[in-house]
Parts: sequence; C-alpha cells; structure tokens
Amino acid sequence: MFGIPPQALFGQLLLGLINGAFYAMLSLGLAVIFGLLNIINFAHGAQYMMGAFAAWFLLTHAGLGYWWALILAPLAVGLLGILLERTMLRRLYHLDHLYGLLLTFGLALVIQGLFQNQYGSSGQPYLIPAELQGGRNLGFMVLPNYRAWVVVLSLAVCLATWYVIERTKLGAYLRAATENPTLVRAFGVNVPRMITLTYGFGVGLAALAGVLAAPIYQVSPLMGADLIIVVFAVVVIGGMGSIMGAIVTGFALGLVEGLTKVFYPEASKTVIFVIMAVVLLLKPAGLFGRAS
Amino acid sequence: MVIARILGLLAVVLVAAPAHAQITGNVIKIGVLNDQSRLYADITGQGSVLAARMAVEDAGGKVAGAPVEVVFADHQDKPDVGSSIVRQWIDRDGVDAVVDVPTSSVALAVSGVVREKNKVFLISGAASSDLSGKACSPNSVHWTYDTWALANGTGNAVVKAGGDTWFFLTADYAFGHALERDTSAVVKANGGKVLGAVRHPLETSDFSSFLLQAQASKAKVIGLANAGGDTINAIKQAAEFGIVKGGQKLAGLLIFITDIHSLGLKTAQGLQLTESFYWDLNDQTRAWSKKFAERHGGKMPTMVQAGVYAAVTHYLKALAQTKSDADGKAVVAKMKEMPTDDPLFGKGTVRADGRKIHPMYLFEVKAPEASKGPWDYYKMVRQIPAAEAFRPLDQGGCELVKK
Repeated sequence: MFGIPPQALFGQLLLGLINGAFYAMLSLGLAVIFGLLNIINFAHGAQYMMGAFAAWFLLTHAGLGYWWALILAPLAVGLLGILLERTMLRRLYHLDHLYGLLLTFGLALVIQGLFQNQYGSSGQPYLIPAELQGGRNLGFMVLPNYRAWVVVLSLAVCLATWYVIERTKLGAYLRAATENPTLVRAFGVNVPRMITLTYGFGVGLAALAGVLAAPIYQVSPLMGADLIIVVFAVVVIGGMGSIMGAIVTGFALGLVEGLTKVFYPEASKTVIFVIMAVVLLLKPAGLFGRAS
Repeated sequence: MVIARILGLLAVVLVAAPAHAQITGNVIKIGVLNDQSRLYADITGQGSVLAARMAVEDAGGKVAGAPVEVVFADHQDKPDVGSSIVRQWIDRDGVDAVVDVPTSSVALAVSGVVREKNKVFLISGAASSDLSGKACSPNSVHWTYDTWALANGTGNAVVKAGGDTWFFLTADYAFGHALERDTSAVVKANGGKVLGAVRHPLETSDFSSFLLQAQASKAKVIGLANAGGDTINAIKQAAEFGIVKGGQKLAGLLIFITDIHSLGLKTAQGLQLTESFYWDLNDQTRAWSKKFAERHGGKMPTMVQAGVYAAVTHYLKALAQTKSDADGKAVVAKMKEMPTDDPLFGKGTVRADGRKIHPMYLFEVKAPEASKGPWDYYKMVRQIPAAEAFRPLDQGGCELVKK
C-alpha cells in the first residue's frame, strides 16, 4: 500500500498502539479528574514527569528498582496530589473551570522550572529492568519486550479504571456525587473525601505512566510539557470527561500518529491537532462526549 | 550643597565622556542569545552566559576604557522570537555583539538582523555550514564547529571503517538539512551510498517509527542528523530495538558531552563523535574547565560554551585595537586580521568567510569500566588538523571570498 510493504505497515501500527498506550493512560487520568471534579488538570504533565523522576530517585538514592517504583512512585506523587487538592484545588470548586486550569497550569510551570533548575534539560538515564530487556523477532519487526509490557499493563489499568467507574457501586457513588453532591451526602457518603481520593488516583495514574515512560525516554523535566498538549487534544477529541472516549481515542490517535510517521513524518507532531480541529467542527462535544 | 553636587556630577560626565567617545553608550554590551529552557538548554543555556562572563572577567571587565556588560535571553528555538529579541537589544538596549545562538534556523535569522544594524555576531552554538557559506556575512564569525566539519570528522571515519551504506534520521530544520547534505557528500565522495532519509520534527520524543524505517532500509550505518534531546532519545531507543545488536551502526553526527553525561556510559559506550573541544585535552583546558565547573554546578563545559568564551575573548581583543564599537564590520575585519590565541582552542585564525579555523577531534566514548571519574568520557581516536577540519575557503560559495 502506497509503496510501503505490508510488513513495515504492521510494524508501524504496533508502534502506534504502544504510543497510544501512553496517550490513553494519561488522558484517562485527565478524564477521571475532569469528569468527577470538573478540574482541568493542567498539572498532569508535570505529575507524569514527577512519576518518572520518582522512579529515578528511588533507583539512585534508595537503590529500589523498577518494580518498586511501579508501586511507590504513583503512591508518592498521588499523595502530593492529595495535598494539592486539600490545600488549593478545594477552594476553586465553586468557581469557573478557568480558575482550576490557571492554577494547575501555573503549578506545572513552577514544578517544571524547579526540576529543570536542579537537573538540567537533557535528562537522567534510566535503564530498562533486566527482566524486560531484549526483544522478540516477530518477522516484520523486533518487538522490544519492554514495549509489549507497557501495552499490556496500560490496557489492564485503563480497563480496570473504566470498570470501577462505570460498573461498580463505588463508581456509581462517584458519578452520583458529581451530579448531586448534596443528595449523595444525605445518604451518608463522605463526598469531599471521595473527591480528594479521586484526584489522588488521577494523579497517581499520571505518575504510573511516568514510571512506564522512564526507561523509554530520558527522565527529563521537559517530558511532561512535551506530552501534555497532545494529551489534551486526545481528551478533547474523545470528549471531555468521557472515560471510554479517553481510552479509545488515546489508542486510536497513537495509531494515526504512527501511520503519519511513515507517510509524511514531518507532520507527525501536528496531525493530532488537525484531527482535533476537524472533530470540533463536526462534533463539538467530542467523539464520545455528551452535549450538555 | 545639592547644586554643587549636581554640578560636580555634570563635570565628571562631561570630562569622562570624551575619553571613550568611540564606545557607544559608554558601555560594551554583549548579548548571549540561546536556548534557556528547552532541548538545547544544557548544551548552551546558562553555561554559555557564564562562559561569556568569564571571558569578560579575564579581560579585566573593561575594554578601551568602557565597562563590558553581559546580558542574555531565551530564543526558545524560534527564529521569530530570536530576531525580535536581537532587534530590541540593538535598537533599545545598545547591545554591540550577539553571541552563541544555537539552532541554525534562529542563527540565520539573527545574522540578517545583525548585518542590517552593522553589529557583531559571534556564532558558537549554531552548526549550519551555510553560516560561513551561502549565508556568510561581514558581521559574523562562526567559531566552534559546523556541519561540514562534523560530517568530515565522524562521517569520514565511519565510512573508512567500512560503513558505506547510510540512512539518515534528520531533524527537520536548517541544521538537520545542512548536516544531512554535508554528510551525504562525504559518504558519496568515499564511494558510499545513501539509501534514504527520514525527516522528523524538532523535539520528537518517540523515535521508534523512524528507527524501524532505518532498520528496514538495511543500511549499515544510521546517521543521526539531529542534536540534544533528539539524539539522546534516538540513541536510547535504538538500543531498545536491538539496532546495534542486529549489525547496524549508529553514527551520532553531533553529540555533546552533556548528552553523553545524560545518556550514561552504559548506553553511550563506543559511539564515535567529533568535537572541537574537550575539557580533558591539556593543562590549559583542564584548568579553565575546572573553574567553569565550580561555578556551574559541577558540570563540565560543552564545546559550544568553550567557543563562547574564546569568541568573546577574541572580540574584546579586537575592540581593544579598534577602540570603537560603532562599526561592527570594522571590528569583525579586525578579528580576521589578528591571529587568535586562547587557552581553549590554542592558536588559530579567522578566515575571510568568517570561519574560525582550529583542529577538530574524533573521540570515542569510553566503556564504563574505562572511565576513571565523573566526566571522564572520551578517548581520542584522531586529531583532525586545522587545515583538514573545515571546508576549503573556495567551496562554500561565500560572497566575501570572491572579491
């Protein structure tokens, strides 16, 4: 097709899927936070970067490797998120979305600036854990074991999150609390605590994506800023706040981007925004969004 | 009392002014323009500002009776941002010389502005060989390195070692294109073949698709015509896809010591690269670099930062001769007339096309076991003599050469 051998095409599709896994996980966190808290969490990129740095800290200062980081880094960054929600975000819920956006955007700039001041811009090394090094020859490409692991893990996390929010009692409480907090509180549910934990969970998802990214990219203060705009485009295309929308468009846009890298690589950074523009023209609420 | 004081001050000003009437605004201002926040910030950034300050301090802080001041700004790798800063600097703030300016696209834009305003442009960070070729200017000196020198350093060595088929991963802007062009020429001149190239946007974090295309091309060598964070990510991910294990070789055409520091020797070992400066070359470079690192959080200087120091040093020497900063062309002409001599690059010259001439070095990155301490990263493979290191004067197409 178009002079590209089918084997190479499959390879690119697979790679697109892998990138899509990152987009999906990050946009899922954003969608959860927006859907349940109505906060446009611009600090998400910085929190993703902090996740990667937490993994690096654990390795270089505590001697704890990748598998520990997978658990500890999201917990630590999630706790920071909870602190942030308790001390700052909480005061903004009754105001317009814009205030939350500006606050988190400002925080992201501050956090990124502090890290850059301390660690420079070219990043810190983080190696792939020994158990996942190497790759498998699929015939049309070498699939690095680590990348396969990333897809499996993020698919599992995405689906589990979707299941909890859409199919369990806890998820039902959460969704109800966003519609009518007073009523839910009347049933004896501690709504503020639920919201705090939800934010912490969303931030933890970002940090987990950061840990997954650390062995592939450099652990760099800029990694979040590079990604956050794309991820926001993914969320907008999928429909703000739609959980399934975030997951599906995350993977789909990874694929589209991967294909663009084959056919017209120069456009691979812009193609997502072109799609965003088209989708907004045709379906302003996004592909999976409900018009309010 | 007050009146007397004002009169006194006036007298001082009136008496002082004629003493350095030739220095506009009674101060020499050097503007360091580079990337302070993005992917080239470690290569240039605050380190270049420090290098310029050290050059000024070593010159005694004053030239031709006027104090020398260093200012800096962030061009964010954007040509429009860079040229508007330079316009403001020259028109409003009285900046006499613009220094560094990594990102060739920005440097080409800035070069136009500096020429129009007849100031001085000391290029250290930008690499495109067009800056002393088709786009040369009587107001510019291109100091540290260029794409032709890199291509001939690393490219030559790799082709001669048997790497005769190439595929390029090229950053899609002026610098990447120039580096790909210059390296392709070297490959072909040595009987090699270029099988293809893929152009990626600046600041790409994921190189897997491009690496896969390079792998599919079956080329013996994958040439990385990019820099900074882009090169780092490409090298790191090439390891992941088993490119080197599969028999293909990576040739990083522009790699800085900060890139190696950030990759770690485990990933970077064995890479060959071309630089014009390394902190551990000789006693003089070691002494200066130690002073630099003490003030820069323990980080050793890149060749770009060293080039900023040397270029500013030579500029100030030329100013001490001309005793005037009003005519940028005249100052640059003086810089070309005087032989250069500084602790970092040794003795050299500035050619008619603005190209600074000095030796280049081909290094190989040490294995972790061979490194004796922090920043001990390179083993010298070959010194490329000054006469061979840069493009011959008559081949660049610079208008200043024809006469």
